[in-house]
Order: sequence, then structure tokens, then C-alpha cells
Amino acid sequence: MAAISEVRSASAAEVMTTADGMPLKRSLQRALRREKMRSLMLIAPLLAFILLTFILPIADMLFRSVENGIVQETIPRTVVALQDWDPASDQIPGEQVFEALHADLVEAVKAKVHTKLGVRLNYEKPGMSGLFRTTGRAIPRMGEGPYQEKFVEAAKDWGDPETWRTIRRYAPQYTPGYFLAAVDSEWTHNGIEFRPESERIYLFLFARTAWMSLLITASCLLLGYPIAYLLANLPMRTSNLLMILVLLPFWTSLLVRTSAWKVLLQQQGVINDLLVWVGLIDNAGRLVMINNVTGTIIAMTHILLPFMILPLYSVMKTISPSYVRAAKSLGANDWTAFWRVYFPNTVPGIGAGAILVFILAIGYYITPELVGGTSGVFISNRIAYHISSSLNWGLAAALGVILLGVVMVLFYVYDKVVGLDNVKLG
Amino acid sequence: MKLKTLLLATTTAALAFGANVATVNAADELPPCEGCAMEMTIVSWGGAYSASQNNAYHLPYQALTGIKVINDESSNEAVAKLRAQAEAKNITWDLVDAEGPDATRLCDEGLAEEIDFDTALAAAPDGTPASKDFGESLISACFIPQIVFSTTFGYRTDIAEWNGKTPDSLCAVFDLEGFPGKRALEKRPKKNLEWALLCDGVTKDELYNVMSTPEGIDRALAKLDTIKAQTVWWSAGAETPQLLADKEVVIGSTYNGRLFSVIEEQKQPVAMLWDWQVFDFDGWVVPANLPEDRKNRVMHYLKFATDTQRLADQAKYISYGPARASSQPLVGKHETLGIDMAPHMPTNPANQKNFLVNNIEWWANNQDDVEAKFAAWLAK
Amino acid sequence: MSALPPYASAGQRAWFYGFRVICGLIFFFLIFPILVIIPLSFNAENFFTFTPKMLALDPEGYSLKHYRDFFTNPDWQQALWNSVTIAPVATLVATAIGTLAAIGLSQSHVPFRSAIMAILISPMIVPLIISAAGMYFFYSRIGLQGTYWGVVLAHAALGTPFVIITVTATLVGFDRSLTRASASLGADPVRTFFKVQMPLIMPGVISGALFAFITSFDEVVVVLFVGSASQKTLPWQMFTGLREQISPTILAVASIMVALSILLLATLEILRRRSEKLRGLTPG
Repeated sequence: MAAISEVRSASAAEVMTTADGMPLKRSLQRALRREKMRSLMLIAPLLAFILLTFILPIADMLFRSVENGIVQETIPRTVVALQDWDPASDQIPGEQVFEALHADLVEAVKAKVHTKLGVRLNYEKPGMSGLFRTTGRAIPRMGEGPYQEKFVEAAKDWGDPETWRTIRRYAPQYTPGYFLAAVDSEWTHNGIEFRPESERIYLFLFARTAWMSLLITASCLLLGYPIAYLLANLPMRTSNLLMILVLLPFWTSLLVRTSAWKVLLQQQGVINDLLVWVGLIDNAGRLVMINNVTGTIIAMTHILLPFMILPLYSVMKTISPSYVRAAKSLGANDWTAFWRVYFPNTVPGIGAGAILVFILAIGYYITPELVGGTSGVFISNRIAYHISSSLNWGLAAALGVILLGVVMVLFYVYDKVVGLDNVKLG
Repeated sequence: MKLKTLLLATTTAALAFGANVATVNAADELPPCEGCAMEMTIVSWGGAYSASQNNAYHLPYQALTGIKVINDESSNEAVAKLRAQAEAKNITWDLVDAEGPDATRLCDEGLAEEIDFDTALAAAPDGTPASKDFGESLISACFIPQIVFSTTFGYRTDIAEWNGKTPDSLCAVFDLEGFPGKRALEKRPKKNLEWALLCDGVTKDELYNVMSTPEGIDRALAKLDTIKAQTVWWSAGAETPQLLADKEVVIGSTYNGRLFSVIEEQKQPVAMLWDWQVFDFDGWVVPANLPEDRKNRVMHYLKFATDTQRLADQAKYISYGPARASSQPLVGKHETLGIDMAPHMPTNPANQKNFLVNNIEWWANNQDDVEAKFAAWLAK
Repeated sequence: MSALPPYASAGQRAWFYGFRVICGLIFFFLIFPILVIIPLSFNAENFFTFTPKMLALDPEGYSLKHYRDFFTNPDWQQALWNSVTIAPVATLVATAIGTLAAIGLSQSHVPFRSAIMAILISPMIVPLIISAAGMYFFYSRIGLQGTYWGVVLAHAALGTPFVIITVTATLVGFDRSLTRASASLGADPVRTFFKVQMPLIMPGVISGALFAFITSFDEVVVVLFVGSASQKTLPWQMFTGLREQISPTILAVASIMVALSILLLATLEILRRRSEKLRGLTPG
């Protein structure tokens, strides 16, 4: 016992303390904690701000992609009554369900919410919107039951089991329906399958968005690489001057640049006028360069080019000219020296620039909307259409989730390749 | 058919014009507005159309009452925004200008206020109650019509490749041989499908029966396929006039008032094709559940702005026909050009050899399906 | 790419000049679209292309009428007014909390640093249409949609990543012993911040603020959704103008905005030089 206490006191004596007698370790820990707290306090306002004004709204929107409370809210009795019905049967539900439907619809028609439900179910089965609209008008004159016959008489689709299967399938609070629609699929009694060929659009649009973004990234790289190389290898004074030519477009409003391209590319625009004047084409053969893929690619390459040049330039700036000189002194010709020595060193810059341009391109909306016509539009334009014209907000949210997912993956890759701390501007 | 009465009245106006019809000034009788907001946000379509409303309705009303009017040009997104506002229980709009089908949809969803026409609106000068004076243009309980307009085609008159021919039928749009060049069509299926089928040999009576089948829609799209590569798709009414003026397209559909402005006001080499134009009504919708003071203000404004004289005044600025029968005889000359407006009205008999009336019922039931199909077709 | 050595072969010589021609063409591609709208904005006609009179340098072919339209048309004036009242406030909010956070982030021990960084940078990365849609629904729900503050907050959120990036970049070169020296001389943290840290990171803060400003000033997607007609900004007016009626007034506005970008760019360049001089990175 005594020995142990001795050891203890000895170890206590060895602990280093600060001037006020606190063990140094603890004091350091406390200082560290205080520093952590202080940095968190400094970050907290912005973090809270971004969470509230930005992250929360996005999370809220994403929630819409699966939210489906409308069916239960509008026809609660029917949903309950339908649980006893076997969707595999070829029979429509019995009188009990129709009675529930009648009671639900009387209330829904009074509150004018039945057409909303029709519109919702119409996303899953064509004709539902009209069905609810027609039935809504018939409800006030329907009188007393039995209702089954009266409903079928008001709208014959009530006699179709598929109508009931759709209602039953989409009764739950949450639904995969919007996501299925976003990948051109639907959920029928045969399980999940692709929509008919003539109605498929989103996979095609995603593919086109990706493909066009790739093309834009490639053309940015093609045009950006020589410029970055020139800027990195010219004397400081000249390169600073030329840098202005890159930064001016970068700082110029997106809409200014888009309007400029509209002016240039129109059939009666500057470029066509010039070509006709030079005699390369005749007046009738004016080129169509706008409201199609060409217009989108040209304008977006121009808009995103600085985002390629700047990261490339900052990488090339760090490559010592002695590498290439060494290669040449070892007998490499100009091409080999460039391709085997210089180029591999620029790959991180290419990676950074390409991912950045690609991320920015796949989410573009304004430029394709203005110069893309119908063949040059992106998935973003479709999302905007569903928000403000077709009002299918669930589908817009589902498409948004998919797009956001792709961007997040790329963002993660970007973080791994470049590191968020190394993002540079201007 | 209400259009018949409208057009007859327009003809009378054309004959009677010159004898300056005595103006009935409702302003003298405008009662003060009690418990009313002093500001209102009015949503409309922008461009020449908003300007005509500003001149005929807003400015006189502001002069009488001294209130402030905020103009919002979001009518093409009216349904989306009203729905979002209702969901948020935060209605920021006081009065919305909408097309008949949108008004019907808003009314169906309970997003628009139902109107008691005879008490809310002024009677005609001869005492005819409003509901009778507006007649069949009252297509929905929430909709106070202002104008009847039509969607029709305009074409350039200086296209050398046409060898002096001018389009005299709708089907010239589908005739790439005879009338080569780019076309402008609306980026929506409505009207385009009807026109395509009419030019594919379907008769007017059969039109909506054919369109009610999937094969009918495919047939219309197949017809549109023949000109798809040569078509620029527009989403705002002002695009076609601009595209025509810039010679980016040689023929294109748009609202007749926009064409009037490009032809008569801007003097561009463009002419109007009156064949199978589609008639529509446009009017006011009051958002449901407005606060009391704002609703009072809107109703006070509406009584003034939809009276016989005001509706007739609007026709001085734009070539759309007033929706009230009693306004027709008052339609006179263009305010600045001094030309007679009646021949430019879509309701003018000479302009009416063939026409369609927007089938709101059919489109309300089928719009969602057909639009999805059309969008898929368009994207390919 | 130093000058061509005297012993260069014909092929090298051709490549040397060829390469410069190619670069010249790319620079032309970058800059021409921006410059071409300036002369076109003085067009006396309502056209978007050079009229014969303009090409003949006939003074009659030129006019200031589109500029006059911009300065007298109430729509454009309203848009201009909204832009100049929204952007500075958004910039102020973004810069103030962004700078604080950047200082916090550049401390040596920040827990969950990379996760926090990812969240703070996300407004720059998330496609604008998604941000706009999310804000549209959410702000509607809480009554911010269609209000001045709704747009200001949305724009401030979009601008903060730029402030974070530029300010952290200047803090990388910041010598921490300076704050310790200040503290050991008896200055409290607040005084240290304003007297020592602030002047040194000022160039970063200003360029971050400029980025935040231009983000708000140029932004159109979010304002289209979050704003309503009473918050219509210049880019909004340009967007609807471009989509609906392409009036040459847009070109006059565009030219004015190009002039503004040149001004901003010059300011940034001066700041950059000053910052480098202060930190002794480059001589002169």
C-alpha cells in the first residue's frame, strides 16, 4: 500500500505545471478547446445562415420528390376502404368503397381539392385528371346510393380496375412515383417498367446534358490549354496584360455575353452578314447557328472558358522550365519534351479545370434557355418547366435530386483531386 | 354563339364610326372606396398588352383615386405562382390577368374568388345587367372577361423564294415547297395539334374526336414532324413579331394584337393570315382569400375597369375585341395612328371565313397527357 | 515561351508563329463578342447588326437613343434601382459573416473542418436551378418569396463562398506571430483584429466583396424564382427582354455593364498588386 502511494506522489511531482499551478497538459487542452470554440464561434453565424437560407430550402425541396400526402388527405375514407380490395382481381371494388368515395368527394368538391388530386394521379395514369373533373361535376346531382352504378355512369373509368389499382398504389404517404417518372419508368400492375417509347424523355435529356457538357468541357480544354500555356510562359508583364483578356469575359455579366452571342449568331446576325459579305455563303444559304446545339455549345464554351484557363494557368505557373530544358538536353525533341515531361505535369490542372467546367455546365439554365432552342436545352430547363409551367413539382424535385446527386459526386471528386482549400479565383 | 353577336356589333361600329359615339363616363359615378388598400399589384402579360391596360384602365383609375399600381408581368406563370402563394398562405397579388383555361383551372382548384357578376360589375349604359352583357364570354364563375383575341399567323411579304405567292390558307405553314423558310410555332401542343390535323384532312367537326385517340395525337405530331426541322418554338407572344421583323422566320403564329403592332405601328413588311385562327378569352381573376381591404380595392377597381367605356377604350391601343356586347359600338380609331380599328379585330366578319374556338373543356381534361407527349416529341 | 532562339529550325519557327496566331484567334474569340456589342449599342436603327450607314462611318448611322431609352424607360429604371439596392446589401451581409467565418476556418484546430467547408462552399457548386427551386418553395412557405429581404438573403448566401475563398487565401500567407506580438504588447483580441489582422486581409476581403457583389448583380435564375415584379433586377429585365422582345436597349445596358466589369477588374488588379507587395511575394 505504501509503495503504491509513493509511486503516485512521485508521478504527481513529475507533472509539469503552469505558473498558476495547473498541469500543463490540461492547460494546453483547455487552450486548444478554447481555440476550437473560438473558431466555431466565428464560423457559427455563417454556418447557421447557410443552413437556414440554403441547405434547408434544398432539403425541403428534395422532400417533395417522395412526398405524397395528397391522396390520404383528399380521400381518406376511400384509402381505408380500399385496403380490403385485392388489386390483383379483375373486379372493381364493392359498394362500400364507392360509398366512401362519395363521402370523400362531397367534401373534396366543396373544398375544391378534387381536381388537384386528379392532376396528381394523372402523372401516374393518363385520364385521371379528366375523371376527377367530370366526377366532381356529377357529385352534387348524384343523390342517394347505391353509388357504384352511378359513379360508373358518371365516368366509365370508375369501372376499370386499373383506376382503382392506381389509387391504391399511390395511397401511401411517400411514393417512388416521381423518381420512376424521372427515369422514364412507371409502376403498373406488371411491376416497374419503362414508359412507351414515345413518352420517354428524361434519360435522353440526362444523356444529352452529360454529352453536351462533355463537349463543352472538351472544347474549353482545347481552347484553354494553349492560352494557359502561353500566359504561363510569357514574361510577367506581357502575361499580366493578356490575362486581362481572359478576366474581362470572366467578370462580364452572363446575360451580356449571352446577348452578344445572340446578336452574333442569328441568321441576320453579324457573323452571317460577314460571311455573306465576304462571299463564303450566299444570302439564301445563311447558317443556322442559334436555337440549336451549335448555339449552346459555342456560347457556353465562351462563358466557361475562363474557368478552364485559370486553374490550368495556376498549375502551369508552378512547373519549372528546367524540366523541359533537362529533357531537351537529354536529347528529347520539342514534341517529346512537351508530351513526356511538360504535359504530365499539367494533368492536375486539366483535372481541376475539367471537373469545374463540367460541374458548372451540367447545371446551366439561362444560356441554353436563350440560345438552345429545343435541341440545345438541358435537364435544368426541364426542371424549370415543371416548376413554373406544368406544375409537377414532385417530378421537378426528383429530377433535381438526380442532378444534385451527380454534382455532389463530381464535387467529391473535385475535393479529392484539387482540395477545396485550393480553389482559386481570378 | 357569342362570337356572332360580338362580330355583328363590331360591324355596326365599323359602319357607325365617325359619328363620335357619345362616351358614357362612369367616372362621374365612381363611388368612393371605403376601407380599401391604397396599393394594388396587378399581374398581366407585359408588352403592348400591358400598355393598353395601363392606358385604358390603370391611369384613369389612378387619376381618380390616387392609388399606386404595381405591375407584375408574370401572367404566363400565374397558376404556378398563385398555387405557391396559396400554399404559403401569403397572397402577394391582388388581381391577375389570365386566359380562360388558366382561369378555369384556378377556379377549379379554389385559388380564385367566385364573382357575382351582376352586383360586382357595372351594368351596360342601357341598364342591361353585366351577366347578360358579357353573355357567353362568362366561361367560369371566377373569370371576368376583358377581351376576345385570336391566335393566328403572320408572314413576311418580301420573301423572294416564294415567287410572288402569298399564303392564303393555314396549310401554307405546312407547305415547305411552296413557302420555304423557317416557321415559328408555340412551344405547346394546344392549337398546333388542331392546325396540323386540319391540314391533314380532318374536318372541323371531327377534330376533337380524332384528338381524343392516341392515334390522332400521333397523326398530328407526324404532320408537325414534316416541318419540325424548320421550326423555331416560341414561349412568349412577343417572340414571333420579333422573329418576323428580324427575318429569322418567314411565317409564324402569335396573338393577333402583337401582329397588328408589328404591321401597323412598326410598319414592318409583314401581313396577317386570317385562316383557322383560334379564339380565346382573356380576363381578370381575383385570387381567393385576399385580406378585406385589398379585396375591397380590387372589387372597386374592377367595377370601374370592366365597364362598357373602359373595355371599348382598350381597343384604341390594341386590336383585341372587347368582351362586352355594349362596348362594341364604341370601338373607334387607334389612339395614335388614327386608323379604324374594326377591320383589325379578330371578330371582323371578313376575317372569319374559318375559325376555331378554344375548346377549354377538352384541353382541361387532356392537357397534362398531351403536353407530356408533346414535350417528349419536341425533345427528340 | 521566351523569344525564338537564333538557331531555331524552320519547323520550330513555323510552330512558334503558328502557335501565336492560334492563341491570337482564341483571344479574339474571348474578347470579340464582348466588344462587338459596344458599337452596336449606338445603332440608330432598331437592328442587331451593322447597318450600311454604320459601316460607312456615317454619323447618322449612330445615335444615343438606346441609352436615352435606358435612362428614361421606367421599367429599366426600376430594374436599375432594384439592382443597386439589392446587390450592396447582399454584399454587405455576405462579406461580414463570410470574413468572420474565413478567420475561424483558418485557425489551426477546427473540428469537422472539411465538412463545414463543404457546406459553406456548396452555394457555389449546387446548380442554380436547384438552389432557385428550393428557395422558391421554402421562401414561399415562410413568406419571404417576393420580398426584398428574400432576394437579399438568397443573394448573400450565393455570395459567401467567394468571400470564404478569397479571404482564406489571404490568410494562408498571414504570419500568426503578428497577432501574438500584438497580444503580448497588451492589445485585446478585438483591437488586434482591427489594427493588425484587418489591414492585412483587407485586399482579400475587398476582392471577396467584389465577387459577392458581381454574383448578386449578375444573378438572374434565383431572382426570377425568389423575387417578384417589385424586385425585378437588371439581369431579370435583360432576360425577359432577350426572351421576348430583343430591343437594342439591351445592348446599351450590356455596354454599360461591360464598362462596370472593366472598372471592377481594374480595382481587383490594383488590390492584387497591393496585396502581393504587402506580403512581399513579388518585388514592385
